[in-house]
Amino acid sequence: MSELASSPTSTAGIDVVQTSAAWAPLAAVLLLATASAAASLDGGLAARAEGRSLRSGMSAPWAETARLFRQRRRTTLAADVLLWRVGGASLLVLALLKVAVVPFGRWTLGDLSVGVVWFNAMDVAVWAAVWLAGWGPNSASSLVGGYRFLALALAYELPLMFALTAPAVGAGSLRVGDVVAAQHDLWFVVWMPVAFGVFCAGVVGFSVWGPLSSPLGPDLGGGVLAELSGIDRWLVLAGRWALLTAGSAFGVTLFWGGGAGPALPPELWLLLKTGLLLAALVLVQRRLPTLRPPRVVRAAWLVVLPLVLLQLLVVSVVVVGRG
Amino acid sequence: MLDDVVFWVLAVVAVAAGVAVFRVDSMARATYALAVSFVAVGLVLLLFDLQFLGVITVLMMVMEMAIMAIYMIMFMGMNPALMPMSMVHAKRPSLAVAVVTFVVLASGAVLIPWPSRRGAPASDLTVSLGQALMGSKMLVMMTVSAVLFATIIGALVLAVPRGRYDRLGDDLRGRVDADQPDGAGQ
Repeated sequence: MSELASSPTSTAGIDVVQTSAAWAPLAAVLLLATASAAASLDGGLAARAEGRSLRSGMSAPWAETARLFRQRRRTTLAADVLLWRVGGASLLVLALLKVAVVPFGRWTLGDLSVGVVWFNAMDVAVWAAVWLAGWGPNSASSLVGGYRFLALALAYELPLMFALTAPAVGAGSLRVGDVVAAQHDLWFVVWMPVAFGVFCAGVVGFSVWGPLSSPLGPDLGGGVLAELSGIDRWLVLAGRWALLTAGSAFGVTLFWGGGAGPALPPELWLLLKTGLLLAALVLVQRRLPTLRPPRVVRAAWLVVLPLVLLQLLVVSVVVVGRG
Repeated sequence: MLDDVVFWVLAVVAVAAGVAVFRVDSMARATYALAVSFVAVGLVLLLFDLQFLGVITVLMMVMEMAIMAIYMIMFMGMNPALMPMSMVHAKRPSLAVAVVTFVVLASGAVLIPWPSRRGAPASDLTVSLGQALMGSKMLVMMTVSAVLFATIIGALVLAVPRGRYDRLGDDLRGRVDADQPDGAGQ
């Protein structure tokens, strides 16, 4: 036990170094660039599905950005403007706080000894952000959307927590750098496939995406998005893409060996793998229907939670067996 | 020096947000003012190098306040939760209770002969916390969690007017109403 506690991130040749906070803008730029690439991919796929040209679809997120930046804010009666703005702007900030603990090659912005718990705390903060964005405009559709998100969050969060626990148990550490180092011989996705799958579902959940996007559903006239306009709407939309990207980056770090790979530098491998996982999530989500929250809750608690607990048991037994 | 500045900023935020809980006129603002206060306290714990406790406090408190937002709409019948309302009730008794509690706790904190520190903190506080919870304090944790869980279930059973046991019978084998939108009994 004690050797697990004291070893500083150097078990397998990767020494994670904490960089100065001055690099945070670079991390933000990388995060936004990757997120916008994913948005372009999604736009392209949507255009193809509708029979338009790929290129027109790929530029759609940029056109939408330009439109929203010029759009005037719509106001609603008796809106709780403070909470509305805080909720909408938080998503992007939370995504950045999530990638702060992801080692980018040898460097990381925050080398927390409890990095995995930090990520978890940030994705719980998304609960507050989405609900506040739904509460703010004093609009029934938005508020229902906010509550839908909390219902979904109750479904995906507990399995996600245990999915995050599995790599931490496997590595014997909550430090993200240690989790990467522990995958030196074998990526965790190989012997924790259930945890990886559940983690991806959780990423989809906290990004309010694909099957778990009912809080923004067209049946609610856009739900949380219903009254959002201009820069506020852009912040929420971009925040969702950034959360999806941050989740992919963290998933790659916990399950796909982080920056490990031949020939190329680890920074490039991390970006490549993140792009790959992100593209996979975008592709799969486009093929899945949106699910009603009660159905998700039922499946999550009765099927997924026991499965991920079994996965955790397997991981624990393996860890104890290895000694 | 920097630690001092961070501590005082967080302390002021925690107290100010705590005061705001009772000064605002909206349930949502009160709930999230409380969340801000707790988050500030959680971040203060990071200054003590209690990283796990600090981050987990932030996690639990934000989650708790989000859940409270569900409950406050669910159980407040005519939905005053959605309207502006006062956050204080029974002002005089509560004021008296608050003052007495503060004086007792504060005088205790000031007057008690604090023991001097024995030994040194463990090198990894997260590990020693885990060992305490999973070792010597295991029985306490198991008992407390069962009691807490039973309390939550009990409160829900008492508060929900029409749960799935009402609709489907004690063995849950009753007929399912396909038109019921709530999935709990499906």
